[in-house]
Amino acid sequence: MNSKHLLAAVAALTVAGGAIAAGADLGQTAKQATNWTAIVMFAIFVLATLWITKWAASKTKSAADFYTAGGGITGFQNGLAIAGDYMSAASFLGISGLVFANGFDGLIFSIGWLVGWPVITFLMAERLRNLGKFTFADVASYRFAQMPVRTFAAISTLVVVAFYMIAQMVGAGQLIKVLFGMEYIYAEILVGTIMMMYVLFGGMTATTWVQIIKACMLLGGATFMALAVLFQFGFSPEALFTKAVEVHSKHDAIMAPGALIKDPISAISVGMALMFGTAGLPHILMRFFTVPNAKEARKSVAWATTWIGYFYILTFIIGFGAITNLIGDPSAYYVDGEIAKGLRGGGNMAAVHLSQAVGGNLFLGFISAVAFATILAVVAGLTLSGASAVSHDLYASVFKHGQVTSDAELRVSKITTVCLGILAVVLGIAFEKENVAYMVMLAFVIACSGNFPVLFMSVLWRNCTTRGVVVGGTVGLILAVVLTVGSASVWEAVLKYPKGSAWFPYNSAAIFSMSAAFFTIWLVSILDNSAQAKKERALFPAQQLRSETGLGAAGASGH
Amino acid sequence: MQDILDRVKANPKFLEFVAMRNRYSIIMTIVSASAYYGFILLVAFEGPWLGTKLGAGMTTSVGVPLGVGVIVFTIILTWIYVRRANGEFDEINANLIAEAQK
Repeated sequence: MNSKHLLAAVAALTVAGGAIAAGADLGQTAKQATNWTAIVMFAIFVLATLWITKWAASKTKSAADFYTAGGGITGFQNGLAIAGDYMSAASFLGISGLVFANGFDGLIFSIGWLVGWPVITFLMAERLRNLGKFTFADVASYRFAQMPVRTFAAISTLVVVAFYMIAQMVGAGQLIKVLFGMEYIYAEILVGTIMMMYVLFGGMTATTWVQIIKACMLLGGATFMALAVLFQFGFSPEALFTKAVEVHSKHDAIMAPGALIKDPISAISVGMALMFGTAGLPHILMRFFTVPNAKEARKSVAWATTWIGYFYILTFIIGFGAITNLIGDPSAYYVDGEIAKGLRGGGNMAAVHLSQAVGGNLFLGFISAVAFATILAVVAGLTLSGASAVSHDLYASVFKHGQVTSDAELRVSKITTVCLGILAVVLGIAFEKENVAYMVMLAFVIACSGNFPVLFMSVLWRNCTTRGVVVGGTVGLILAVVLTVGSASVWEAVLKYPKGSAWFPYNSAAIFSMSAAFFTIWLVSILDNSAQAKKERALFPAQQLRSETGLGAAGASGH
Repeated sequence: MQDILDRVKANPKFLEFVAMRNRYSIIMTIVSASAYYGFILLVAFEGPWLGTKLGAGMTTSVGVPLGVGVIVFTIILTWIYVRRANGEFDEINANLIAEAQK
């Protein structure tokens, strides 16, 4: 696919109200000339992080170290790591590319990707920390039958991780072609191998530091670009916007919302997925067990929200900076020097080209390396979360009923890490030519329809029972997948049924699947009169005491 | 330890505290959701208004400070909650536990 088609595709997606794709997918790209500066910078990043992994390995002796870095991460560090986990290459390149193409509409997306954080802060963070130890299943199954609840949580975790992972791996392959000028397959093997080394040897300690370093590099690089752009206009956003409106082919339309929102139900549904899905992402929830107590857990979300929000404001400035810097110099940044043929490397390359415009080749290399390193950090977090679902929830709790040594559990997590690493590479290669635009959004919809209702109800509602959460969570998960398959982004764009044949008319299933999950949990729980249900309700006060006060919460270990 | 747990649980102030804090959490959630959905509804139904200029002869439209405002508001809201929870709430919490230990 050439870049002209790519730009057209990006534009079509946006106009069609593809709230699903932007900020989540990088599409197909064309291979560019080999960029040695970027490759060398990336190699330096990899060497530095592997050196940290070696240090982390010496501290990773028990299962607790592997899952939670011994619980000794501070709130500020964890906030940065969460931001590093959450700010993907797609949100950096995709949103700035969207601002470059449509202006104001990009801001609407940024806001959407931020709204999940207050929900975590107000409702989840401290209760998660007080009740849980290693995984969110610890929290959901606190007073319930371990086997069914943990099995559900582990399956749901693996499904979310799989979709999120495929999108990242395919994105890595597409990016390496434009950023480094290397073949797709190298990206899969590079990302798979390096990420496996982080997780396998350094566990949560290494993963956390990789995420912190990546967050600092991304925030630093983006800050520099935004400042460089503002500097060109004497730090006057008004002057920046005026110039952008003058040179952009859509002129004044870039200062107002476009045709982004098709219908209010889709808008609300997408909003729900982003808002409550974030509070159900297993790799994000897991980060709350790395801090010593509820106080630090709260601080981590506040810092994470701050960094992520700040980052989205930067991408808006960067997008406008790309308009003013790139359009005036088509011979340098456009295919064959013609604006009509689109940006070299595609519409998502706006931020990358801007880095060259404001900082020369060295800075271009730096930003390219950062964009690629970003994927490594996200994938490492996902793998760790998938591995702990298998070793801690399935192996230690379900199969061994908790009768297992830390060493045996650690061994299983490491074996799972290797399996997940290989699986990631295989899936990344298998999906190379597929349209994966819907996958990150699907991960959010499943998280908000399966994990979030289960967590919310089990922690806050006295009458909730095992049967309720397992049936309700499963209904949410299945509906999320089925309705997403029936929506245009999968039915027509992936399964190739004719246009207009999609039988689910909205952009996101969340409004239906999440409501169905909550309703089912409520209904099944109140109808549940088993002895087990009575026992579970009787356990609620003790659970509430611990979740609200932190009395008896698992403390930091080994520091 | 069990004694302490029982005593905290039996303390009417504990349930009162939990109810108060839950109410606060839910109000904060509603406030942040309203800011977001308010903005989305404006985009859906009042798009042209968001595109109106801030002043005569200006390029910056109403939507820009509003959109950036939602981001900044969201950040401020989380800090307000965290400050109160880490200060006032944790203090009440500590007092409840201390009372039970007497």
